Parts: sequence; C-alpha cells; structure tokens
Amino acid sequence: MIRVELPYHLRALAKLSGETLLEVAAPVTLGAALDALEARFPVLRGAIRDHGTLKRRPFVRFYACKEDLSQLPAATPLPEAVVRGAEPLLIVGAMAGG
Amino acid sequence: MSAVRLLIGTAKGAFILTSDGKRKHWDVSGPHFGGWEIYHLKASPADPNRIYCSQSSGWFGQIMQRSSDGGKTWETPGGAAEKTPEGFPKGESNKFVYEGEVGKHLWYDGTQHAWEFKRVWHLEPSLDDPDTCYAGVEDAAIFKTTNGGVTWKELPGLRAARGNLWQPGAGGMAVHTILLDKTRPERMYVAISAAGAFRTDDAGKTWKPINKGLVSPYSLPDPNAEVGHCVHRIALHPSRPDVLFMQKHWDVLRTDNAGDLWSDVGGNLPTDFGFPIDVHAHEPETIYVIPIKSDSEHYPPEGKLRVYRSRTGGNDWEPLTEGLPQKDCYVNIMRDAMSVDSLEPCGIYFGTTGGQVYGSSDSGDSWNAIVRDLPRVLSVEAQTIP
Repeated sequence: MIRVELPYHLRALAKLSGETLLEVAAPVTLGAALDALEARFPVLRGAIRDHGTLKRRPFVRFYACKEDLSQLPAATPLPEAVVRGAEPLLIVGAMAGG
Repeated sequence: MSAVRLLIGTAKGAFILTSDGKRKHWDVSGPHFGGWEIYHLKASPADPNRIYCSQSSGWFGQIMQRSSDGGKTWETPGGAAEKTPEGFPKGESNKFVYEGEVGKHLWYDGTQHAWEFKRVWHLEPSLDDPDTCYAGVEDAAIFKTTNGGVTWKELPGLRAARGNLWQPGAGGMAVHTILLDKTRPERMYVAISAAGAFRTDDAGKTWKPINKGLVSPYSLPDPNAEVGHCVHRIALHPSRPDVLFMQKHWDVLRTDNAGDLWSDVGGNLPTDFGFPIDVHAHEPETIYVIPIKSDSEHYPPEGKLRVYRSRTGGNDWEPLTEGLPQKDCYVNIMRDAMSVDSLEPCGIYFGTTGGQVYGSSDSGDSWNAIVRDLPRVLSVEAQTIP
C-alpha cells in the first residue's frame, strides 16, 4: 500500500480527512499511483490531470522523499520508500505567489 | 408568502441570501465551497430547489455541483446518478470535451490557437425540465446536459459561426450569457467576449452572428465586422423575446427584431461603458445599467455608484442613487452580477467587486446593502420562490 496526501481542496472533494492508502500493482510508477487514486476517488478526475490528455495540471505538483517528481514521465517508478509506505506521495497545489 | 433567494457567486465561495417577500431582513448562508471561485449558480425555473453551480480553481480546474434542496446540501452530479462499485462518483460531471476536431480561433499574436477548456462561466437551466441545463464556457462554447449535470455535451454548431475569427479579450473568451425564448423553444441567444452575439433557431444545431449595427472603432480594424465585438451582456423580457438589450464594451444598444439589427440607446448616460444590463420583471421597456467610467478605469464615474434606469427602453435615463454610496466608491460590477426578482414591486440586486450586495425592493428607487463584506462578487441570481 502506498500513502498519498492530498491538498485541502482535493481532500474536501474526496471527503477525506487525512492521508489515503492505495493498493498499486507493480511496477509502482507515478502514473499508476495517479490511476489508482482516480479509480478510488473518481471525483478527482480532471482536478489533478487533464481529462483527455492526462497531462498534469499546471499548478499541481508531485513531491516525495524531498524530491520534485512533477516533471517526470508517468512511467517513472516511485521512490522505494514510497512503495513500501514509509514516505507519502504528496500531491500539492503550487504556491500562488504574491 | 413568496420569498426571494439570492444566489451569489464570489471569488472565494458561494453564498445564499434568503428573505421573505418583504425583502427587509436577509439570512446569509455560506461560504459554500469556500476558497473556490464560483462563477455562477442558477436555479431551475421548473424546480426551485434544483440549483446548478460552477465551482472552479486555477489549481484544480472545473467541478460541477448540484443541489436538490435549495442549496442546503450539494453533490457532484455524477455521484448521485452513477457510482463506481465502491460507491464513489465517477467524475464525468466535471468533464467538458469539445466535439470533433477541436479547431482553432484567433490568438493574441494573430496566429490560430487551439480551443482549450478553462471553466464554466454561466449556467442556464431549461425553462421546463430540471434535468436540462446549458453551460457557457471558456474557451467559448456551449454545452448541454439532459441528465441533471451527470454528463455534458457540446453543441458544436456555435463554434462553426466564424469561430476561427473569434479572439480572446483581456478577460478571456467565454460564452457568458445564454438567453432562452419561452415562446420558441428552438430559439436561443448567446453572447461571447470577444466575439459578439449569436442566435440559433434550431435548438443549437446552427448559429448565426447577430451583430449588425454594432460599431467597435477602437477594438476592431473593421468597426462593423460581422464577429469580434466585445459584448458584455444581453438581456430580454420573457414576454417579448424579440426585443433584446445589450451592454457592449462601449455602447448600450437594443434590437426589436431578434438581433437582426441593433441601434444605440445610450442617450444621456454619463458613460455607456459597463458590464451588466437587465430588464424589469413587469415592465418590458424598463431597463437598468450601471455605468463604469471607461475600459481603462473600471469604476463608477466620479466615485458615485449609480444605477441608471430607463423607462423608455433606452435613450432617456435617470440616475438611481438613494442608499448607494455617492462618494469615494471605486468598485466594479461584473457582467453576471445583476438580477431582478418577480415580486411586486420588482426587486433588483447587484453585487460589487468590493463584496457588497445591494438590493432594492421598489424597482430601484431606493437601495440597501444586504451584505457588505463578501469576497469579490462574480454573479448574482435572484430567485423568486412561490
């Protein structure tokens, strides 16, 4: 099981109060984790990735183990610490600035 | 006794203000969807408790919400009608995909640019079916649901109406007004910034530009172009749907032939720039605008917030000031942020970028601030509850 932490507004949409645990079949890639998240919480479809292209929305970021995974291809394996549940995959709303 | 419900969309959530028919005391509920931009909410004329709501965010995109109890509770429509085996909504209600080839429109640099969905600006529920609703979106297109918002499908004929020549203005390129004709179900009007006004006479299959008479000398190389005009808002009285009123980027206009020809009725207005325009519920020739100083200075002239009323369908206008700030007022009023109820006397309401919602229960003769400190108001819809 991997741990995924969502930003406030997406937790509200998914009616979640904290982290969520997801079963992701190997190989555990970034794309597979997002597929599993959207399958578990379909209301999030379109809110993280574009409905049609599955491209990351511009102001959404993916972090894990102090690394920014946002620009990596969907087929990128997640860090081993995320795969074994020691660290969460963070889905973050980008800083607005100002 | 009848009641009035005001559906307020703001930059940071939705608010619902309710009052009895006297319209003296108001209850405020909200924020609903706190922190999200709510471009528009509107109730179904066929079912007063059915409300559609456009919730969006620069971070997380478009979410469609629906209430079946007058705004007390909300659901993403896909969740109610169609669920995964685990019981979660399928998320299709947030999906707005253009039909067929996406196509291209004119871009700022003169090149052609592919249509990209950004958000729903305006919702127009059917006059007789609570499950049918139209959505005006950015980039400009019209979508329709016939299953209560579970899924949305584009009416692509609109973009075929010279869409390659449409160009976004500073505020984007969106269908911001949809008007239904209760006497002819096949007829609809839409207005688009910055493309103009359009009409369908076959329920949305085909559309034609209806911009003859519009003149935009500082916006377009051809001031009389068929499309490209920055129409800010159009309005009609349900009893007389061939007569339309328009607040354009500059100019206030009317047509008496369903948009075939427009004429300027700005008359003695202090400035004919502005955003909203609306029609009195019981007097089809009584119309309201809120003049704004200019396209460069989006606030009332002289710092005086004045609604202007014409009882003659334009040209002859009177300022309405009682109860409105007459000094140091520099707010703007967005295009979808004025609305009328259908009580007697007619109530009229508008919201400002400063977070005030003003209301009049005497057709505009006097005004009160119903609330003063909401987030920037994007839309106001008055709903008369029988």
